[in-house]
Amino acid sequence: MTTFGEKAVNDNGSGYQTYLAFLCELLQKHNRQQVTIGESTGLVTDLGLSSLEVMELIEQTEDHFDISIPLNILPDVNTVADLAQKIQQLRG
Amino acid sequence: MLFDKFQAMADFQTELSRRDVKPFGAITDEVISATEGVVQGRRVILAGTNNYLGLSYDPRCIEASQAAAAQWGTGTTGSRLANGSFAEHVALEAEMADFYGVGQAIVFSTGYAATMGMCATVAGPDDVILLDADSHSSIYSGVKLSGAEIIRYRHSSPDDLAKRLRRLGDRAGRTLVIAEGIYSMLGDVAPLQEIAAIKREYGAYLLVDEAHSMGVLGETGRGAAQAAGIEDDVDFIVGTFSKSLGAVGGFAISRHAILDTIRYCIRAYIFTASSSPSVVASVRQALRIVREEPERRERLWDNATRLYNGLRELGLPVGPAVSPVVAVEFTDREQAIAAWYQLFDSGVYVNLVVPPASPSTNFLLRNSMSAAHTPQQIDHIITAYRGLLDAGLATPKTAA
Repeated sequence: MTTFGEKAVNDNGSGYQTYLAFLCELLQKHNRQQVTIGESTGLVTDLGLSSLEVMELIEQTEDHFDISIPLNILPDVNTVADLAQKIQQLRG
Repeated sequence: MLFDKFQAMADFQTELSRRDVKPFGAITDEVISATEGVVQGRRVILAGTNNYLGLSYDPRCIEASQAAAAQWGTGTTGSRLANGSFAEHVALEAEMADFYGVGQAIVFSTGYAATMGMCATVAGPDDVILLDADSHSSIYSGVKLSGAEIIRYRHSSPDDLAKRLRRLGDRAGRTLVIAEGIYSMLGDVAPLQEIAAIKREYGAYLLVDEAHSMGVLGETGRGAAQAAGIEDDVDFIVGTFSKSLGAVGGFAISRHAILDTIRYCIRAYIFTASSSPSVVASVRQALRIVREEPERRERLWDNATRLYNGLRELGLPVGPAVSPVVAVEFTDREQAIAAWYQLFDSGVYVNLVVPPASPSTNFLLRNSMSAAHTPQQIDHIITAYRGLLDAGLATPKTAA
């Protein structure tokens, strides 16, 4: 957690890179194909996450950043970058 | 291609077609009683129905239904808001309201329509819905139509619910919390006392789906909210007539007078034909029986305890507590399917549940008990499960 907080300092305060780094690390345990995970990595298309795995990812993200991610936004989330941007929006 | 998304389901159906009986949509040739039938040529004990009180074959309900068909005809051919409000529907609404001790009730054509319709209507675009992660499909379908902000809380976790209400700040007062009395897949009961306390603390509203708990729980059978002693905290209850009441249809009740206005805003109520009078009449009779024969609930729980203990003593992975729904979990898909077939061949019909209908990546053989099951039938079911262990088609919990 501290690591992510430190990264935020180099992020012009927006936190986007922090969220991205957090998600990339979290997704490693789902990286069955051993792809290089980055902004453009597709959660379903590249990593093959099931709906249950997506919800697990969402819950862990919510806990970590103390936010609630509405289900309404999920249809717009395809890549790691999409989710990082949504977290950024939710955290204002 | 438009149809590509259906290929995985088509492949699954093809796989199941290797046998003449399919776990999904097996055809019942004959119903012998509330607990026995002939399914595709085989006489089986029905252990996969939701006929909790065994009323689907009660002669009083059948007689009431027949009389109503003779009096009112076979169908209403119209919406409740058009030509489809018969005296039978209005009488059932009054009786449901009286049963729950509230002023308002709405009768729907199906339980799915009741739950989906209420969840789609009570909260709107400026509101928030907090729903349990393991909510039934009708709840998910409804909230999606509501236009509200939809947030899940962890299954039956009051702490997670409280955390999410805290995050909402002032918006908590415009939030509808949704829980189920008994969850349909694993049979677990929601921690409604804790949920109600949190709802009170944050000034939110609470809707409880009593589909599997009405007639099953509570001193007079009103459900999990009554059993938990928190009915005054519940703003809306929805439920079904297709389980403990043995027919088809759904309902919503509320202590808020506004429910009578909400009815004119529910699309699933307005834009569909009302229930057949014969169905409504059988529900009215079944409701009288629920009120007059509490011993049926006792028998149901005795039966549930007998099955639950029997399966647990075999070492099978069942839920943490006795419930009329007793689910046996499997981690292996092929094993679960093979187990279903062996149970069927042993004369026991249960429900096979596969993800995402199950609440995890596990597969379920879902058994549901009825007050009408005999001890001998339950012992037969337990023996059939022992056969699964003998055949290596189930894994004892201790060995998992």
